[in-house]
Amino acid sequence: MSTRSLSKGCFVFKPSPKRRKVSRTTADYFREGNSDLEDSELRFATCQSLQKQVKSETEQIEEELNEQLFDNLVSFLRRSHSAFQEKTTEWTWRTKSREIPTAALVLGVNVTDHDFTFRSLSEVLQNNVTPYIALLEAKDCPGIKNLMQKLLGQLMNCCIDVGSSEEEDYEQVSHTRVRCSMTSLINWYESATKRTDSETPGKKRTSSRHWQSPPVVVIFKDMESFTTKVLQDFVVISSQHIGEFPLVLIFGIATSPMIIHSLLPHSVSSLLCIELFQSLSCKDHLSTIIDKVLLTTQFPLKLSEKVLQVLINIFLYHDFSVQNFIKGFQLCIVEHFHSNPLSILCCQLEEAKRRVNSLSHNQCENVRRLPSFRRYVESQVSEKQIALLTADSSLKEAVRKLLEDLNVYHENYFPILRCLHVFTSSLPKYPLGKQIRELHCACLENRVWETEEYESSLQLARMLNKSDLVTMLQKCVEILVSSPGREFDEIVERLKEFLTQFQKLEETYQERDESVSPQKELQKKTNLYNLQKTLLELKESRRSKKLTKFEMLRFEVVDYIDSLVRRYLVPADHKTLHEIVYFNTASVLREHLNAAPRIALHTALNNPYSYLKESSPVIYFAKCEPEVRFILRRSTHKIKCHSVFIDPLKIQQVVTWSISSSLLRIVSGQENVIFG
Amino acid sequence: MSLAECRSAGALEVKFVPDEDVLRHIADDAGVKVQKGKSQLIVNTKRFVKKLEAISDDEAQEILEEKNYVAVLGLCGEESMTNGSSVGGGEVYTFQTPKRSNKMAELASELAQTPGQSVVPDPSECPEKTARTPQSSKRSSSNQVQQKTKKNEFVSTTPYRLRRRLAAPDAQLESESEYSASCSEEEEVEEAQKEVSTVLSHQKTPAKTKAVSTPPSRKTLTKKKDNMNNLVEEYFEAHSSSKVLTSDRTLQKLRRKRLNQQTLHDLLQKSPLAYAAEIKELNQQYESLFSKWMLQLHLGFNIVLYGLGSKHDLLEKFRTSMLQDSVHLVVNGYFPSITVKSVLNSITEEVLDHIGTFRSPLDQLEFIMKRFKEVWDQAKQSLYNWLWYETTTFSPYVEETSYENSLLVQQSGSLALSSLTHVLHSLTPNARGIFRLLAQYQLENKDNASYPGLSFQDFYQQCREAFLVNSDLTLRAQLTEFRDHKLIRTKRGADGVEYLLIPVDDSTLTDFLEKEDEDV
Repeated sequence: MSTRSLSKGCFVFKPSPKRRKVSRTTADYFREGNSDLEDSELRFATCQSLQKQVKSETEQIEEELNEQLFDNLVSFLRRSHSAFQEKTTEWTWRTKSREIPTAALVLGVNVTDHDFTFRSLSEVLQNNVTPYIALLEAKDCPGIKNLMQKLLGQLMNCCIDVGSSEEEDYEQVSHTRVRCSMTSLINWYESATKRTDSETPGKKRTSSRHWQSPPVVVIFKDMESFTTKVLQDFVVISSQHIGEFPLVLIFGIATSPMIIHSLLPHSVSSLLCIELFQSLSCKDHLSTIIDKVLLTTQFPLKLSEKVLQVLINIFLYHDFSVQNFIKGFQLCIVEHFHSNPLSILCCQLEEAKRRVNSLSHNQCENVRRLPSFRRYVESQVSEKQIALLTADSSLKEAVRKLLEDLNVYHENYFPILRCLHVFTSSLPKYPLGKQIRELHCACLENRVWETEEYESSLQLARMLNKSDLVTMLQKCVEILVSSPGREFDEIVERLKEFLTQFQKLEETYQERDESVSPQKELQKKTNLYNLQKTLLELKESRRSKKLTKFEMLRFEVVDYIDSLVRRYLVPADHKTLHEIVYFNTASVLREHLNAAPRIALHTALNNPYSYLKESSPVIYFAKCEPEVRFILRRSTHKIKCHSVFIDPLKIQQVVTWSISSSLLRIVSGQENVIFG
Repeated sequence: MSLAECRSAGALEVKFVPDEDVLRHIADDAGVKVQKGKSQLIVNTKRFVKKLEAISDDEAQEILEEKNYVAVLGLCGEESMTNGSSVGGGEVYTFQTPKRSNKMAELASELAQTPGQSVVPDPSECPEKTARTPQSSKRSSSNQVQQKTKKNEFVSTTPYRLRRRLAAPDAQLESESEYSASCSEEEEVEEAQKEVSTVLSHQKTPAKTKAVSTPPSRKTLTKKKDNMNNLVEEYFEAHSSSKVLTSDRTLQKLRRKRLNQQTLHDLLQKSPLAYAAEIKELNQQYESLFSKWMLQLHLGFNIVLYGLGSKHDLLEKFRTSMLQDSVHLVVNGYFPSITVKSVLNSITEEVLDHIGTFRSPLDQLEFIMKRFKEVWDQAKQSLYNWLWYETTTFSPYVEETSYENSLLVQQSGSLALSSLTHVLHSLTPNARGIFRLLAQYQLENKDNASYPGLSFQDFYQQCREAFLVNSDLTLRAQLTEFRDHKLIRTKRGADGVEYLLIPVDDSTLTDFLEKEDEDV
């Protein structure tokens, strides 16, 4: 069956039941696509487990990040709802509050992530507050009628779901169209709540989970895209009935809360009792993700500087979407395990050591081919070199050791990086960047201590005041104590020593202060001449610049930090075997995530030889005289102007381009093709 | 380049003239002939140099910014598998927007502050030249016109790009890239056109304009206000020197008749596909990615293919080689009448074997989601995890463009003609006669732009006279038949009278009548 047809644009293909082969699994595809068949199954398994880990970790992080916001929302619902529950003086309440409690949820510009937030929000509410939740999107609600339809449909379905009643009931609801009005909504609500009230104790679970007479929550996912009229109508209509059932609105806002007032006139917005909620900004979100996923030793796969740069740039310049960032990271994982045969060793250290033992000869050769390993071999003595290059066993031994080194390097790298960040993030103008990711990139790129920015930040650090310095040192101590690195005891010891020294200084200062103060008393009584003299002396002493004790100590601290940086923050690509754990083909990532179709078209039309590499690229332009070149260019212009795709390869030579007849003759092969 | 051929065709011919030649030519002419104007010229250039440096600085700044952006995106082309994406953003043809509008205004006001010195060519200042121009405008050789008038142009209103090149001639000469070559050529053409028009309007010989290939009317207009306020003129002058971004020589202006579909098809068929081997290799390269695509599809990513060339064959191969064991749906987006509904219908009816209709696409979507609940999880369905793959195939878009009208093909309406004859042959001779009457009447009025059509009453009268109908009821019945076949259109005029029109273009109609005559 062909997919070319003049009468049809859609073609469905089903597998023929006759020749049902053993269907291939994902792992098979993983293996097939590989030029290198080494250990592909194990690699795939590792890849999958890592992906799963990352997924659960990121989800958990997100949950934690949203927790605060959701807690606030739930308590808001409770507060607004309590009024309804206490139906003591129902009439007064009803007349008093024509106001609908409304939560304005400012979510920021990363619209692509909103779906995720709303999904987890409705999950949370469903689990803890109410089964009656409706999620409305602007594209579904062009008019008030559609909105009501959608609303009722969602509410009635969800009530059935929770009530876990029979199929018939469900069918009934979805097929007999209820007249979509507020009255039917209220009737439905009353019957629904009655039903749950009269439920048998066997179904206690559901009713205990939710509140008594649970509120109806209507979420407007994208407030900005709703038409003013629909929103106004809905608000006005529902405010009429607010006394009869507990309605709560949640507006999802991407821009600013001002939008409510610009969308709704005062008469309508006064019917809303708005409370503002702010979600975490997407930048903070990203920082947390990077901090917890990339800047730990928890996951064996690391990203090289360029890759990280590409991901961050896509985030910053394109979508602000944390989800896309995570997706990019997932792609990195797949790509790394797919393309690198040695990625089999990209797992936890113990496991990796075990895997080293079972490396095949081919894999050993792969290791030998690694540039970083070659450098390592070259640095060894000649006997060792021969052993490494010929004997697999000694190679494995070395690899084990090197992997361990690499692990230790990472264990040290991240805490020290954080310590350095404590310093650099408090300097004026942030020469090394405000975010830790910037610092991380700088450290990965090259030796950070050789950069100008580092130099200037050290200089600035030498001018820090004491209290800042002390708090920073304390933070560093905290970081180092909480990290698992083995070599940090000594460093912590040293830092604590600094801290006590500062403490002592403080005491001596206080003493000196006391001794100075009577002197000051004296000075007050001296005459002008004496004062001048003392001032001059003071100036002199300052010029001679005797470093105070504090300054000495400050220098020491900064120098010590500097030494730590030099020792631990060596760029990763200076490390042997870094290829195993670092994914560094940024171009692949960019091609797949941030493609440039326009550029591809442009290149294909202008310089097809970049694609057809084998043929000599000289022919095309070298053969042509300048005027021909011009005409060729014109012809592409023409192609562009009229959107006619003329195969650029067919144009081999152009004879004339005459203006009066606008004739473009193109000789293609032996045949003259005349356009015009 | 065969010059003889061109001359015999009597065509205005454009020759490539390198930059240095242009410069020399201008310098020589200026030196020999316009001695008076020479000193002025130098002064002018200097002033322009200053201004243009400022402008080009800004431009450079823009380019630099673009490059920065590109660099920021981490575009490191060296590693790329296909060099296709290695081109920076700045080098690609852009949808250009005039950014320098206020810069132009500045330029204009600056020019206006130094009025009348040299900017407007004053006939009294260089009498030699004005004496010569009429001669040259006889255009024994069109080349000469260009060359000669160019110098005139320079003194008066050199396009600013040329001026810029004058400002930095050395740099240009050294870097004689293909682009600059083409650029200059283009510019000369423009210049020549503009120049000729300028000269003509000065001499008020409008008859000549026809010889020139459609000079841009705007420029002529501005020139005609020669004696007007300097500021206004210079303002437009400055504007007119902005880049002409796209060619206005459209296919509509061609004199030669367009090819018909068959000829074009044959011509294209005959020319062999160049570099078939390389293209094949390229395709094989993409085919090696199939299993990777499958892997990524399995892992929850979706794939977009982009790049020049038809991807139909590639996708078809992918489908047949990889997707045989799974249910899949092919949607041809280029199919003219494809709708969301038809896609959804084919899913529900053919994939899910559901019989019945849905109230709205949204309902249908819900139904599908319910059925696929176990297949798609929420996250995947809301996020299309697009992965982009570049697959530039260079294959011709044969299938995809088959629904479109080619611009190279004459829209002769041969289809319309054949259907017209087809339908009419199945009708009675009387009906044919009625249609013929209407067609003839329409052709008689074809020069009348506001021809509303033939009113029903008149038509009835004519038909009666020709013994074609005997009552207006029969005529109405006949017309209904025509209308059903979309042969005629009725329109109610302002006075409530019904007018009849044949919605076919005149040439087709003429052809039709001729053919009918032959048959008879």
